Amino acid sequence: MLRFLSLRLARALLTLVLVVTFAFVVLRLSGDPALLIMSADAPPEAIAAFRRAWGLDDPLWAQYLRYFTAIFQGDLGNSMRDGRSAVSLVGERIPATLALTVPALFIKIGLGIPAGVYAALHRNSWADRAVMLLAVAGFTVPSFVLGLMLVLLFAVQLGWLPSGGQESWRHAILPVITLGLGGAAVLARFTRSAMLEVLGQPYMRTALAKGVPWQVAVRRHALPNAAIPTVTIVGFMIGSLLAGAVVVESVFSWPGVGRLLVVAVANRDLAVVQAILLLVAATMVTANLVVDLLYGVLDPRLRNGARGTA
Amino acid sequence: MAEPLVEIRGLTVSFDGLPALRGVDLAIGRGEAVALVGESGCGKSVTWLAALGLLPGKARVSGSVTLEGAELIGAPAPALDRIRGGRVAMIFQDPASSLNPVHRIGKQIVEALRLHRGLSGAAAREEARRLLDQVGMPDARRRLDAFPHELSGGQNQRVMIAMALAGRPELLVADEPTTALDVTIQAQILELLAEIRRDTGMALVLVSHDLGVVAETCERVCVMYAGRIVEETAAERLFAGPAHPYAEGLLAALPPMDGPRRPLAAIPGGVPEPWAMPRGCAFAPRCPRRAAACEAAPPPLAEVAPDHRAACLYPGAAAMVSPAPALMPA
Repeated sequence: MLRFLSLRLARALLTLVLVVTFAFVVLRLSGDPALLIMSADAPPEAIAAFRRAWGLDDPLWAQYLRYFTAIFQGDLGNSMRDGRSAVSLVGERIPATLALTVPALFIKIGLGIPAGVYAALHRNSWADRAVMLLAVAGFTVPSFVLGLMLVLLFAVQLGWLPSGGQESWRHAILPVITLGLGGAAVLARFTRSAMLEVLGQPYMRTALAKGVPWQVAVRRHALPNAAIPTVTIVGFMIGSLLAGAVVVESVFSWPGVGRLLVVAVANRDLAVVQAILLLVAATMVTANLVVDLLYGVLDPRLRNGARGTA
Repeated sequence: MAEPLVEIRGLTVSFDGLPALRGVDLAIGRGEAVALVGESGCGKSVTWLAALGLLPGKARVSGSVTLEGAELIGAPAPALDRIRGGRVAMIFQDPASSLNPVHRIGKQIVEALRLHRGLSGAAAREEARRLLDQVGMPDARRRLDAFPHELSGGQNQRVMIAMALAGRPELLVADEPTTALDVTIQAQILELLAEIRRDTGMALVLVSHDLGVVAETCERVCVMYAGRIVEETAAERLFAGPAHPYAEGLLAALPPMDGPRRPLAAIPGGVPEPWAMPRGCAFAPRCPRRAAACEAAPPPLAEVAPDHRAACLYPGAAAMVSPAPALMPA
C-alpha cells in the first residue's frame, strides 16, 4: 500500500513538472510580454529595460532554471503588470471561484446522480427519455450559450436576477445554475449508463433469485457497484473546482481565478498564468489521487490489484 | 404422481413479439430430480426464469406455474420474494459473475439467511459457515471474509449452492451449473448436488445442454426443442430408446463409451429462427421421418409408452411398446 501510494505520488509530481515545463515553453514562444504590457509603440529603450528587468533577455534554459529553482523556494514570481506576487494575486481570487463552483458541484451531484439512477430504473419510460433529452441538451449546449440564455430570460426579460457582477449572493445564482446544469447533465448520463450496466449483471439476477426485494437489491447490489465509474466523473469535477469556471466567470463578469487567467494570458503575464496552471494541475492531480484511493475502497478487486502492483 | 410440487401448464414467453417458449407443460414432484436438456436458445433457462418472475420487464409471459397449487405467474412481488430462495432456489451458469464482486461471500450468504430464516449477527455467520462446510468449501470460516474474485470458479459455484441452500428450498433449479467449470470440477459439483438432494430431500431441476451431465444426476429427462418439450421420460429409457427424432439425434451425437471409434453424427440443418417458426413440428425441416402431416400442426406431447411421452407423429420404434404400423411411413 505504502509503495503504491509513493509510486502514485511520484507520478503526480512528474505530471506537475511536465505541466509547468509545457506552460513555460509555450508561453514564451507565443508572444512577447514586453510588447504586450508596455504596448508596441513604447520607446525601444523602455521595452529593452523591461526585458532586462524581468530577465527576458536570458536564454530560455537559463530562465527556466531560475524559474524552477524559485518554485522550490515557494516563489512563483511576480505579476509583470503590477509587480505583486503571483501567489497572492491568484490566492485572493480563489474564494470567489469556489463560491461558484462548490454550490455548482452540489447541484451536479444532487441533480445528476438521482436523475441518472431514476432514468436507469425506468428505462425507456417517458421519464427516462425526458431525462436523457435534457441531459443531451445540457452537455451539448456550451456553457456560455446556456449562461447567455439564462441572462436573457431571468435578467433581461423577467428582471428577477442581476446579469453579472459580484455584489451579493443573488449575483451568484445564475452562474451557479449555469455551471451546475451542464455538469448535472454529464453526471446523469454517466450514472444512467453505469446503472444500466450493473442492473444487467448476473449478480443482480442472483440477488432477486434469492428473494431480495427489488428496491433492496437496487440499493445493496446495484448502487454500490454503479458508484465505481461514477466516482471517476465526480473526481474529475472536484479536480476542476478551481479551473472549471473560466467561461462562466467571463460571461457573468465574476472576478474569480478563471477571469484572472483570461486576462493574464491575454497580457502574457507569465508568472500569473503559470501560477494558475500549477494550482489547477495540482488540484487535478490531487483529485485523481483521491479517486484512485477511493476505487480501492469501493472495489475489492482493485484493492487487490493495488496490493499486487506494490 | 401425487400432487406435484411445481406444475407448469401452457407456459409461453415472448420477447418483443418473438416467441421463446411456445407452451411448456412440466410437473416436478417432491424430491424428484428432473433434467431439462436441449441446445442453447431452446428455452430451458427461460422456463425457470419465467416461473420465478426473473425475466426482464419486456418479456411477455402467459400460462400457469403453480407451487403446491399457488399461482406464481402474476403473483405480487412480496409473495414471489418469499418463494425465491425460500422455497425455490436457483443457481446459474457463471458463478464468478453471479456473485456480487463488492460484497464478501459471507455477507451474501447471510443476506439469504436473514431473508428466509430470520437469522442475524453471530448466529447467521455461524450458519453461513456451516453451509460452506456442507458444500465442501475448505477452510470455511476464513472463506466467509473472501471476495468472489479471490475464489476459483468451482469454489464460487459452491458458494452459490450454499447460498441457495440457506433458505432450505424445496426445489433447487440449477441452470447449467457446471458449464463454465473445468471437467474435473464439473463432476465434483454434480456429485455435491446429488449428495445434497439425498441429505435434504429437496427436488432438483438440472438445466443442461449436456446429456452426459444429465444421465448421472437425474431420474427423469425432458428434452426441449425450439421452445417446447418434445420428449419426456425416465433417464434410462431415453438413453435406451429415444422416441423423438431430435432426441435420437442428440444421442447419436454423443461419442460411444465402447466399441470402435466412429465419426459423431450431427443433426443436419439448424434450429428455426423464432421469427420463422414452421407452422407444424419445429423439427420437421431437419427430420429424417418428416411426412406431410408433420407440417400441418405441431404434434402434441403424447404417450408413446408408459411414462414416456413424445411430441412426434412417428416416434422412434425403439421407444414403442406396440408400434402403430398405420402411422409409420411406408
